Amino acid sequence: MPTIAMPEPDLGILARASQIIERLTAVVSAEAVISDPQETRAYECDALAAYRCPPLAVVLPRNTEEVSAAMKVCHEMGVPVIPRGAGTSLAGGALPTADSVVIGIMRLRDILEIDTANRFVRVQTGVTNLSVSAELEASGFFYAPDPSSQLACTIAGNIAMNSGGAHCLKYGVTTNNLMGLRMVMASGEVVDLGGPLLGSGGLDILGVLCGSEGQLGIVTEATLRILPKPEGARPILIGFDSAETAGECVARIIRSGLLPVAIEYMDDVCLRAVDAFANAGYPKCAAVLIVEVEGSEDEVLYQIERIRQVAEELKPVEFRTSRNADESLAIWKGRKSAFGAMGRLGDYLCLDGTVPVSKLPSTLKRIGELSKDYGLEVANVFHAGDGNMHPLILFNANAPGELERAEAFGADILRLCVDVGGCLTGEHGVGIEKRDLMTKQYSADDLAIQMEIKSVFDPDWLLNSTKVFPLEASKPYRDKAVRG
Amino acid sequence: MQTKFSEAQLADPATKRSNEILRSCVHCGFCTATCPTYKVLGDELDSPRGRIYLIKDMLENNRKPDEKTVMHIDRCLSCLSCMTTCPSGVHYMHLVDHARAYIERNYKRRWDERALRWLLSKILPYPDRFRFALLGAKLVRSFRKFVPDARLRAMLEMVPDRIPPASRNDRPQWFLAEGQRIKRVALLTGCAQRALNTDINDATIRLLRRHGCEVVIPEGIGCCGALTHHMGKTDDSHAMAAANIRAIVAELDGKGLDAVVINTSGCGTTVKDYAHMFRNDPLAANAGRVAALAKDISEMIADIGLRDASHAEPLRVAYHAACSLQHGQQIRSAPKDLLKAAGFQVVEPRDSHICCGSAGTYNLLQPAVSAELKTRKVATLEATQPQVISAGNIGCMMQIGSATGIPVVHTVELLDWATGGPMPQPLAEKPELSV
Ligand SMILES: Cc1cc2nc3c(=O)[nH]c(=O)nc-3n(C[C@H](O)[C@H](O)[C@H](O)COP(=O)(O)OP(=O)(O)OC[C@H]3O[C@@H](n4cnc5c(N)ncnc54)[C@H](O)[C@@H]3O)c2cc1C
Ligand code: SF4
Ligand code: SF4
Repeated sequence: MPTIAMPEPDLGILARASQIIERLTAVVSAEAVISDPQETRAYECDALAAYRCPPLAVVLPRNTEEVSAAMKVCHEMGVPVIPRGAGTSLAGGALPTADSVVIGIMRLRDILEIDTANRFVRVQTGVTNLSVSAELEASGFFYAPDPSSQLACTIAGNIAMNSGGAHCLKYGVTTNNLMGLRMVMASGEVVDLGGPLLGSGGLDILGVLCGSEGQLGIVTEATLRILPKPEGARPILIGFDSAETAGECVARIIRSGLLPVAIEYMDDVCLRAVDAFANAGYPKCAAVLIVEVEGSEDEVLYQIERIRQVAEELKPVEFRTSRNADESLAIWKGRKSAFGAMGRLGDYLCLDGTVPVSKLPSTLKRIGELSKDYGLEVANVFHAGDGNMHPLILFNANAPGELERAEAFGADILRLCVDVGGCLTGEHGVGIEKRDLMTKQYSADDLAIQMEIKSVFDPDWLLNSTKVFPLEASKPYRDKAVRG
Repeated sequence: MQTKFSEAQLADPATKRSNEILRSCVHCGFCTATCPTYKVLGDELDSPRGRIYLIKDMLENNRKPDEKTVMHIDRCLSCLSCMTTCPSGVHYMHLVDHARAYIERNYKRRWDERALRWLLSKILPYPDRFRFALLGAKLVRSFRKFVPDARLRAMLEMVPDRIPPASRNDRPQWFLAEGQRIKRVALLTGCAQRALNTDINDATIRLLRRHGCEVVIPEGIGCCGALTHHMGKTDDSHAMAAANIRAIVAELDGKGLDAVVINTSGCGTTVKDYAHMFRNDPLAANAGRVAALAKDISEMIADIGLRDASHAEPLRVAYHAACSLQHGQQIRSAPKDLLKAAGFQVVEPRDSHICCGSAGTYNLLQPAVSAELKTRKVATLEATQPQVISAGNIGCMMQIGSATGIPVVHTVELLDWATGGPMPQPLAEKPELSV
């Protein structure tokens, strides 16, 4: 049995299932409500597929008004709601409970406004991350945060998880690029926050909402900061024969004062899987760094030279820059599909913890030791410049007991991250995956303050309430909430 | 993903294969982003990941297919865009083929659905029957407004204005190479294509001969089996494929063959998969030989190298990538490179990875989604302001051609023209194009 527990469903709600479905069907079209048990099953999990539970129903609204109407019904009837985007969360953020209604926003996909003069776009949040940049391509702009899942994940999910990506080293993560949003509150009320102007005064409520994992409201529109594309960009591949030396190289590049747009790390286990898909011709060695620099041709060459000096002190087995646009594309395609490609090697658990960059070498070493102790192979692929690690623990999901072993290994790695001065998550969020480890990082008081904030937005604890906070800690809040 | 098949279930080779495929899916969701039906319908159930889930549940539990599961799988175009996208190498094609066959065996469709599918499977693969049906349909076409069933209406709307007489070139025979013979190839003349458009095979034969190929139309060759295969009618499709394998092997063991050339990419995908289709059959070895010889015409000409291509006008060509070429066979650049080498100015529409909605019999069986995809495709193609649209698959040509005034031709027709053949008929009808 997997180790993360979920609360028992509310039998009162299950008993009223048909009324709930009837009322939902009355406010959105019948075709937009899914309740057939054969069909709700496809919504039983996100990309953390080890945890599954079909919801009572799924609603797929077409606009903010329908989201609001569906939310109102759930509010009146006391039904928990799980907001869902593309379902690529690796933390189980979109995992339903049997007594919940999933409100999916993937049909809200309009680009509402592009304003390059004032450098923003306004979109419905069901658009995928990549399609925002694709839409801007012709005008020479782009949206900076680029999670590896950007092909599929939605802006809504990005906002909820405060997602990051390879290029966030220079441009910041979602919260640094979010300017405003439209949100449906737990009551169904629609509110607008922030907008295309910088710094709106007062409390930074937008900052609270970004990264709130669907617990404070359902975001349906967003205003995003966009940037002009750099003149040029070029990835460099640096290969090392040990993981620790590669980690050391990252620390030295950062210390040298250079700010590449991205420093990514992939080890040999991962490279094996990725090259089978992307054919990018990565160096064959223990660890490879992808360092991307950008700017005018002169700037690019200058930075490459500086990085070469730093790297060469550590005797890399290979140092080479991308020769052309196609090669750069292949290098990034490989990196961005790394998690998916790992499926070629077997099942895996993808972790997400952050450590100070200077601690990368020792942390990598310790993970290697733990891997031997647990007898499970681990692959490392991550945003090294930020110290945001993604160890992927390989296991066999069909072998009894292996998932549990992998989870225990994972928990040890995350505790290690906290112990060396880092934290539990870099960008994938807490979800259910790291929920029970939150006490490792936060005191009871810290957690209580966060839960009080949730109560302000969602007094009945309807929105995604079984995530983020350890169940025991959130129980009083969830119990207090009156379920009609 | 974790799966739950019993040892007994895994003893069945089809289930064993599906288990392997399901095990390699990590549920990452990347594939949803490039799935045409997900783009149109916005429901996980109409995405590859959702379908994989439905199939998994149905197969694991030996469940009798329910109406909803069948509906979502029927809505799949088999465009295989999801396979191009999937980083984990999930072989969705084999999985959905298995599911379709399972549904065909274990699910009773409504009478009208059954009748329609039966009719299609008994007409389309047979050029003479299909030509006859087209002529009949043309007669009643003017009454199509009164036809209550959207699918039948879609069929009538698809009937082209011009139905060519059978071409003598499509009968079993062989054509000598022009100049020195460098290769001997068999041509799969197709089934539906032969009734709808005879110019394509004629152009292909001329183009191949001009490039030093002796071209054989083997005795006994017919439909590749794809049309019925995608309807889950595996008995029919295997019988047709087996007949082809025998016909080609006879030629191969006789005078020898260097390749089996296919100019309908939908068929190409299937022929290249013969080895898998027959993996548990006495024909396995021969099926493998045929599959290994199969080549799309664009691959073939690219291999030989385009010769003296200076005879056509340098028109602006919008290249439409047929899914069976770009996803099914992973042939992306060859057709475009050839068109460029032939002096055409090649442009590509936005979202070129998305299907036009033709997809074999899909446009007949799923008219609503198909029509939406057609509208999107034609809009993106027209936005490139082309003088002509080219594609490597008759299905796409019919689908796109029915919604645009821009002439639509097969890529080989342009290559044939450029290397000394006649100007393609649809262009000749537009005198303003001969600059
Ligand atoms: C292969 C792979 C690679 C990945 N790489 C990265 C990476 O590089 N960087 C990174 O940061 N993440 C990465 N992720 C994780 C994931 O893609 C992100 O967390 C993403 O932002 C989730 O978006 P989604 O649309 O799939 O949301 P979902 O998975 O559907 O939901 C995620 C969370 O958002 C909430 N939510 C959804 N919609 C709304 C809404 N409208 N309002 C409020 N809350 C909402 C959900 O309740 C849930 O808690 C990766 C995932 C995979 C599978
Ligand atoms: S992209 Fe591949 S691994 Fe990911 S969900 Fe789709 S089929 Fe599964
Ligand atoms: S084959 Fe095409 S329509 Fe079918 S699931 Fe894959 S991408 Fe979607």
